[in-house]
Amino acid sequence: MINISEVLETNKMIEKQNLDVRTITLGISLLDCADSDVNVVAENIYNKITTVAKDLVSTGQDLEKEFGIPIVNKRISITPISLVGARACKCPEDYVILAKALDRAAKKVGVNFIGGYSALVSKGMTKSDEYLIRSIPQAMKETDFICSSINVGSSKTGINMDAVKLLGEIILDTADLTKENDSIGCAKLVVLCNAPDDNPFMAGAFHGVTEADAIINVGVSGPGVVKSALETAKGADFGTLCETVKKTAFKITRVGQLIASEASKRLGIPFGIIDLSLAPTPAIGDSIAEIFEVMGLERAGAPGTTAALAMLNDQVKKGGVMASSYVGGLSGAFIPVSEDQGMIDAVVDGALTLEKLEAMTCVCSVGLDMIAIPGDTKATTISGIIADEMAIGMVNQKTTAVRIIPVIGKGVGETVEFGGLLGYAPIMPVNQFSSDDFINRGGRIPAPIHSFKN
Amino acid sequence: MKKTIITVVGKDSVGIIAKVCTYLSESKVNILDISQTIVQGYFNMMMITDISATDKDFTTLSEDLEKVGEEIGCIIKIQREDIFNKMHRL
Repeated sequence: MINISEVLETNKMIEKQNLDVRTITLGISLLDCADSDVNVVAENIYNKITTVAKDLVSTGQDLEKEFGIPIVNKRISITPISLVGARACKCPEDYVILAKALDRAAKKVGVNFIGGYSALVSKGMTKSDEYLIRSIPQAMKETDFICSSINVGSSKTGINMDAVKLLGEIILDTADLTKENDSIGCAKLVVLCNAPDDNPFMAGAFHGVTEADAIINVGVSGPGVVKSALETAKGADFGTLCETVKKTAFKITRVGQLIASEASKRLGIPFGIIDLSLAPTPAIGDSIAEIFEVMGLERAGAPGTTAALAMLNDQVKKGGVMASSYVGGLSGAFIPVSEDQGMIDAVVDGALTLEKLEAMTCVCSVGLDMIAIPGDTKATTISGIIADEMAIGMVNQKTTAVRIIPVIGKGVGETVEFGGLLGYAPIMPVNQFSSDDFINRGGRIPAPIHSFKN
Repeated sequence: MKKTIITVVGKDSVGIIAKVCTYLSESKVNILDISQTIVQGYFNMMMITDISATDKDFTTLSEDLEKVGEEIGCIIKIQREDIFNKMHRL
């Protein structure tokens, strides 16, 4: 039988160390909503989402009460909308109609976000894909709850450099159209390589075409719990450090698995995967950077940070895999800047640069995340940053992503405030040398050779 | 049997257990086990209870216990046992 110290330990994790279930994400296929009339598609989408997801939020709230653990977000992911709208949408403006329908559906069912305003263009773009991408700035301006993601590369197909070039421009346009709100549109837009079909985390969540009609995916979290556990292993060797992370990850993931199977049972929707990610929040103590500090690095970004992150990421997976029947999604430590107080401090103190962040993304999920850069950054420079990050994903057969926010009207040294879980960020300097001629070439980078590993 | 864990945390004072037990008895919640400890000067009590006989729903129990807690200066939580079992037992 459970004893009092175990009960107190669990409740201390929840109350003092910010243990939570970060998200229950309901994936919904919208493939059956396609039609040749865009207004019919919009209506079909609205009806399907508001029917399938009608009990999602209340079920989440019930689970929070019964198990006494916060479930921070209830979200929806949908089939990449460029597939659903391909027949109906004849111009970017048509896609904005669908974006508004999605936004209305999100408001109606009360979810925090809908992800899947997406296109998968890792090898080439259809007309529909291109319309969708070109509609993103307007869609981000006119909606509140839509997240957009574009997959521009994969280890199997290489990198679609035409899409990379276009997205540099689209990110700047999105920043410009949402400049009254510190260019927040870009915080809901992510460019991916090797995007997973079952990711529950925003902004990159979409419901892949390989998925069932509806599915429940759950993202767990708990950097604060890992940090507190590591504080008890002060001065211990790496073996002990790893054991501590593994045991903690196991406990966190078991809770996620419990919530996922309960949600699945109550909603009558099959369980998909648990995403074993350590997702920080701006709350003090809920930080990946603070884990590095407890491990013995003065600040995130100090030499040794990449090794620390590689170890952390691997141990979280090793501990988590045993705790869940199905693991998927991104499953790794996130290193967003604006959403992690320790990362923000590291940037302000000059310990952490864009280049170091890029190195760190080689060993963890997911990529350059929530990084604010000067609003006058050139589109080709943004494309260059994207291309570098996609190359890391392509060669290392992992998911990588870029979610950067060129903040219009602001420069290095200033701060941008996104609010809520998105946090705030100091604007980081970007390498000023030109990438123009490289980006303007067009075409695609071929897939890498998958042999002769060195 | 629907097992739940009730935790009571707060400053020690006369009548904490009495108040909580009175409410549970009125609500037909059966107490299976009680243990308590003092951590850093704070009173910590855990009860393993069975709520299968009660006619109150979980939300009502949770809100009522919260109110009882306010009256006696403690924080009272009720949670389903599964979360602890999953976390601490293979």
